[in-house]
Amino acid sequence: MSEATLVVAGVTAGYGDAPVLREVSVTAAAGTITAVLGANGAGKTTLLRAIDGSLKLSAGRVVLDGTELSGRRPEEVSRAGVAHVPEGQGVISELTVAENLRLGLLLRPRADRAAALSDIYERFAVLAKRRNLPASTLSGGERQMLVIARALATRPRVLLLDEPSLGLAPKIVSEVLDLIRRLKDEIGLTIVLVEQNARSALAIADTGLVLNLGTVVVTAPAGQLAADEALRRHYLGF
Amino acid sequence: MVEFLEFTLEGLSAGMIYAAIALSLVLIWRGTGVLNYAQGAMAMLTSFIALEVIYVSHSYWLGFVVALAAGLVIGGIVERVVIRPVTGKPPLNAVIVTIGLLILIEGLAGLLYGSNDRSFPPAFSINGLSIGSVALGITRNDIFTGVAVLLAAAALAVTFRYTSIGLRLRATAFNARVARLLGVRVGRMLTLGWALAGLLGALAGLLVSPATFLNPNSMDTIFVLGFTAAVIGGLESPAGAVVGGLVLGVVLSYAGGYLGSEVVNLFGLAALLLVLMFRPSGLFSSAQARRV
Repeated sequence: MSEATLVVAGVTAGYGDAPVLREVSVTAAAGTITAVLGANGAGKTTLLRAIDGSLKLSAGRVVLDGTELSGRRPEEVSRAGVAHVPEGQGVISELTVAENLRLGLLLRPRADRAAALSDIYERFAVLAKRRNLPASTLSGGERQMLVIARALATRPRVLLLDEPSLGLAPKIVSEVLDLIRRLKDEIGLTIVLVEQNARSALAIADTGLVLNLGTVVVTAPAGQLAADEALRRHYLGF
Repeated sequence: MVEFLEFTLEGLSAGMIYAAIALSLVLIWRGTGVLNYAQGAMAMLTSFIALEVIYVSHSYWLGFVVALAAGLVIGGIVERVVIRPVTGKPPLNAVIVTIGLLILIEGLAGLLYGSNDRSFPPAFSINGLSIGSVALGITRNDIFTGVAVLLAAAALAVTFRYTSIGLRLRATAFNARVARLLGVRVGRMLTLGWALAGLLGALAGLLVSPATFLNPNSMDTIFVLGFTAAVIGGLESPAGAVVGGLVLGVVLSYAGGYLGSEVVNLFGLAALLLVLMFRPSGLFSSAQARRV
């Protein structure tokens, strides 16, 4: 899988007239994890929606490896290789586990799908066991695995993850974060990780970005952010 | 006893037509959350198209196929041109738009064809079948009606369940936002859903018109009964729509048979009212009540 750099340049976007994001710029380097941190309402989810095409930008651009993504619709952005794992409701609970995964595989050539599906089952044993059950029967952790697996099925170049640890038990949280780190190491995915839980996000991220009221406060290597006590206390709450 | 059998079979045959309309309504409701009040009028229009083709070509089956194709095309065009602009707006907008479409299509048909009843040919003989000397109360054409609707329903079910286009359609209906994020071209799926519903409606029009005759308003009652069947079935469930159609057909057939044909429409409307009052989510669904 090719490594890809995602560039967000001077993006202003929001709902209705009031912009939520103001001139936000960030570069997610190929094969790295960029953690997007900040309090509730800082604009973290809005940033992902601006990238995935759900929101019209009033200024700025989103570019993936030289290809302009801004102005495209979400289905076209995902076809260009950006997989967005939305917070909470990403599983289509009326469909079975296998159907959710097959949906992710539809962008691939028909001949590759069966092999890709068994690859996924190998990586996610828990999903293999439940493949024919409705997704509504899965636990919170299993659902999170399913949406991540389904996003991987689209063979993305960039993975946008919105609060993957939200509402999960601590043990499951570390499993999910571990999975995210392995996706970077093993597949070379470029990952943008939105997290409320700044401490664990910075532990696996390469770069950290702190948003406050829709503007970028600081962008720095993750280790540096984690070490900056004033910043941590002020914006990250740990 | 023979009478009872006769009424039951008649009811099942009529119920198949309500089932077809109900299925088309369910398809649209699940896909776009719109109740298409113009579904009957669209079926009336395609039946007139069939009649024109049959006049010219002297081939029933050519008319049949052209009408189905016209239903497909008209359904798709309606979604693109009329429904697309009101999606995401308050639900009442779509209601008013489809009622407007109903009035427009019926008015147009009135201008083109006048308001007189036209007779419409059946696909097969409408002479009653019998076993020995016992009349069954159904005809070859009734059997064709049942088979055609069941085949259409089965084809839909198989498409939805086992094909990738069906998976895209279901994903769009259940969660359009997530479907989009996975690269499903949701707009196309909505158009396709309306097109398929248009085809089913056209089939219902072809099947019912020999019995009702064809005029610009001839599908109104059928639409109301089809809607009732869909509501009985829960409006969300294709299987429920078929069962709802059959139940309604049989109940109305008993009412007509034992109490007189003038009570049929009254019973149909009473059934709609009772279901909406006491089981608004349908007889077979466990879902919570929703606005209709």
